[in-house]
Amino acid sequence: MLPVTMASTLLDKLWALHCVADLGDGESLLNIDRVFLHERTGSIALQGLADAGRALRDPGRVFCTMDHIVDTYPGRGDETAMPSGRDFIVATRAAAREAGIRLFDVRDPQQGIVHVISPELGIALPGSTVVCPDSHTCTLGGLGALAWGIGSTEAEHAMATGTLRVRKPRSLRVTFDGELAPGVTAKDMILHLIGREGAGGGAGHAVEFAGNAVRALSVEARMTLCNMAVEFSAFTGFVAPDATAAAYVEGREYAPSGSELALARAHWRELFSDVDARFDRELVIDASAIAPTVTWGTSPEHCLPIGEPVPDPASEADPARREGMRKALGYMGLAPGQQLAGLPIDGAFIGSCTNSRLSDLRAAADFLRGKRVAPGVSAVCVPGSTTVKRAAEAEGIDRVFRDAGFSWREAGCSMCFYAGGETFGAGKRVISSTNRNFEGRQGPGTRTHLASPVTVAASAVAGHITRAERRVEAA
Amino acid sequence: MEPLSPLRRHTGIAVPLLRNNIDTDAIIPSREMKRVSKHGLGEGLFAAWRYTLPGSREADPAFILNDPAYRGASILLAGANFGCGSSREHAVWALHEYGFRVIIAPSFGSIFYSNCVRNGILPVELDEAAIARLAGAVAGDPAGRPLTVDLEAGQVLDPEGRALGFTINPGHRRMLMEGLDVIGLTLERAADIDAFEQADRQRRPWIYR
Ligand code: SF4
Repeated sequence: MLPVTMASTLLDKLWALHCVADLGDGESLLNIDRVFLHERTGSIALQGLADAGRALRDPGRVFCTMDHIVDTYPGRGDETAMPSGRDFIVATRAAAREAGIRLFDVRDPQQGIVHVISPELGIALPGSTVVCPDSHTCTLGGLGALAWGIGSTEAEHAMATGTLRVRKPRSLRVTFDGELAPGVTAKDMILHLIGREGAGGGAGHAVEFAGNAVRALSVEARMTLCNMAVEFSAFTGFVAPDATAAAYVEGREYAPSGSELALARAHWRELFSDVDARFDRELVIDASAIAPTVTWGTSPEHCLPIGEPVPDPASEADPARREGMRKALGYMGLAPGQQLAGLPIDGAFIGSCTNSRLSDLRAAADFLRGKRVAPGVSAVCVPGSTTVKRAAEAEGIDRVFRDAGFSWREAGCSMCFYAGGETFGAGKRVISSTNRNFEGRQGPGTRTHLASPVTVAASAVAGHITRAERRVEAA
Repeated sequence: MEPLSPLRRHTGIAVPLLRNNIDTDAIIPSREMKRVSKHGLGEGLFAAWRYTLPGSREADPAFILNDPAYRGASILLAGANFGCGSSREHAVWALHEYGFRVIIAPSFGSIFYSNCVRNGILPVELDEAAIARLAGAVAGDPAGRPLTVDLEAGQVLDPEGRALGFTINPGHRRMLMEGLDVIGLTLERAADIDAFEQADRQRRPWIYR
């Protein structure tokens, strides 16, 4: 039973459930159920602990994967396109062994992007607290987990003590009312929200996504929605676990089973915001009015429905925002008033913890079946995990991508970000199912347009930015 | 963890970088995080803006940190949502190694903020107008018109000595002023943690295996 009696938000309940002690000054000592590391920062955190002579409190609750730096070329090993990438892989492997934690190594059949494999394997669960030295840990909110990104020093703290010192964020409920139009996805919902409220719009808040349109989403789509809570500057985002979430969890390797499952299900059923609970802030969005959305600039807030012209900084009242828009247009090689629909692209990328799960690949493949990527467009699909890759191959999805002209990769973060390895190149315009369109995110000078996997597939085939249906073709 | 140098009162050259949403990729590009280490990152700070070409070390004169007037700057004046994006603690390590001790912005990315206080960098929240005034006050002669940040008093002093108050969580203030070993502090609560886990095992046995 939960130690909460008054009308509470889900955030209140999760907080109370995990609160070990009130530290005063607004800070709580929260119990941390799972720590997940990756080779980019994992070895630094593990080494930090070892150097300080500190042990892991419970190695069984700590996991590690190879996703950020590892290559995604077929036949990959420890060598990487990123200079010195091998050092990270080797150091992480050694540190993980030393610490006695479960490592999903380069050739492990369960290897993959941290936020894809942790729910896939039942490591992240509804109502659990999960942290990782990676900002997109909020993805797991899609399952109803309280999950957030931390730095390496905090990861050391979590591993050594099984807890973190955290200030409780304010609560914000974002209700998506109504039904999404056909072809509109969770990616469009979150871009729409960030475009409307600004990239700083969720600062200081934990966002509960609610409403009919959210309830109707699969758990995988809910993870897409929550993935970009951090791009909204939120502490995290989550969706209350329901029957859909409980059904998702069942049968996964690390998930409860047998009599524990019944206990867990009863526990998860208590995890919702009470009807009369008060939120610090509320936003309501008409889901039916959301269109396929794409970014034009270098912040996720720089987005618009495909078919609308790029805005003019001159019409922005806020000087800092105006300056940001001006710089973004320069970097992206765009002019105010220009149409994005019809804009030629050089690259198309489907992958990342935002949109690389099986349902994403299915949706893109449904569009691609029998079609070809336009000449001159370099198209890449990177499944989020080796498990996703295997499942896709079993369905013949890899063939659809390959026949269309996409390259089909091993699982990993790949070109979601640039670490000195592979990139589409300077000045190249890329439509991408990822979550960050920051300057240089996909490589120095690379111009990233964020969109849903279906929009990426449609644009790859057209050779220019377009939505999946024919209605708003400009060029 | 290395001991942190306590930070109570700091006087230094302030440099304005008043763009909103300066993300941690911009503070330290991934390609600059070459080694498995917290060190050697200062050179890569703001690399994409600071140098003429990716990977080069040729200073771009258009970037404000390369302006000799701001050499030795230790206080950064920034736009809203500074340090958003990737959780990489390298951003804070790079700022620290370069010499920054205080960052003043209207708001911060939350992971970045907490990384700052754990690494001896003081994040100060002031409103946009106040920061613009501070930037104006130091312009022209940054070295001759330094700012002072008094953490104990919760004040930023402009070159004329006029005080602007700011608030900071008392726990964070202590951490910065005393350079505390936070893990050690939490481990003192081992009994609380044990008790919690014991009760929690009854409630959620599937978490512990
Ligand atoms: S896929 Fe991209 S956003 Fe996700 S964890 Fe990897 S690098 Fe980060």
